[in-house]
Amino acid sequence: MSLLAKVEELSGENLYACYQCGKCSAGCPMVDQMDLLPNQVILYVIRNDESVVEAKTPWICAQCYQCGTRCPRNVDITKIMEALRLIKLRKNIDYLKIGKVKKNLPQIAVVSATRKYTG
Amino acid sequence: MEIAYYPGCTLKTNAKEFEESTIEAFRKLGIELKELNKWYCCGTVYSLATDNLMYRLAAIRNLIKVKEEGYDKVVTLCSICYNTLKQANLMAQQDEEAMYKINSFMDEEPDYHGEVEVLHPLEILKGMEEKIKENVVNPLNKKYAVYYGCLLLRPKEVAIDEYENPSVMEKLVEMLGGSVVNFPFKNECCGAYNVVSDREAVVERCYRIVGNARKNGADAIVTSCPLCHFNLSEMQKEIKKTDFVGLPIYYFSQLMVEAFGGRKCKEK
Repeated sequence: MSLLAKVEELSGENLYACYQCGKCSAGCPMVDQMDLLPNQVILYVIRNDESVVEAKTPWICAQCYQCGTRCPRNVDITKIMEALRLIKLRKNIDYLKIGKVKKNLPQIAVVSATRKYTG
Repeated sequence: MEIAYYPGCTLKTNAKEFEESTIEAFRKLGIELKELNKWYCCGTVYSLATDNLMYRLAAIRNLIKVKEEGYDKVVTLCSICYNTLKQANLMAQQDEEAMYKINSFMDEEPDYHGEVEVLHPLEILKGMEEKIKENVVNPLNKKYAVYYGCLLLRPKEVAIDEYENPSVMEKLVEMLGGSVVNFPFKNECCGAYNVVSDREAVVERCYRIVGNARKNGADAIVTSCPLCHFNLSEMQKEIKKTDFVGLPIYYFSQLMVEAFGGRKCKEK
């Protein structure tokens, strides 16, 4: 199964609807920490470039829904980021090492992080 | 009037002052927030994969509890709980196939189809202008930057207000005698649970958000989310840039209590 097909199935989104306007990347509050811009992530997936699965971008995404809310083509990129995370997590490759979590964090942060960063 | 109240984990620990002040302020307005006899974790951050119904069970189970205890509305304070419960409820109302699976899986509990209404306290305050104004005995007389964060506004289907330019909290601050500064960061994300995995990224967010509020002349930032509150207040201590001067972070309910003549917000 191709990367594109996997991402389409997990996210339920049509990636070909994207016309690379970059509005998602313009509004993303975390973009300065990313290695690929959100619109580039879509491009990589469409080209079936597997290196996108190793990118930092999906893990920096904080699921704030800004990109999908503003997309003029109704592509919910938030769901595409989740799909890319799940491709790793469902192979039991965690992003977060529980032993390295610092103390004195609120539960809501720790529980959310384990939900999104561990399989 | 009595409304069911779902606390969630953080309101009982880090955000205890948010819970206490909201209950106190609403009591002044004649609304009793009655904590559910039994509640569980909300499921924390709504799962987005098309095939991941398992992560939505916790939210649905809580909504069934609300119904079982005889309520048709539930209020929740935490933005993540609100967003998770509200999105799960929307699914329950719209996705028959998903709910057939979930209801069959949870066969010891009654079936659920989205009968309960999930509310945030700010939504309730929208229609209570007169009541709020008549309770103000100690007007705030300060300038505030109002910060919504992400999950009360997006996805737009669950927004508590106009999702690109909300104003419910600004109106509240003004009713309480405070003034509001221009704040373009008000609906941007604080970095959320990245604080666990990429702390530096959240320190950077905190620098930009708090720094902008100060540049615009705010004396304090007002928020409604326990995670925003933590990220904006605690991460200030880790900002190493010398041009940075911090600001106190309050919950909107703490301002209400202060204006209604109760306990004053701490200066720092």
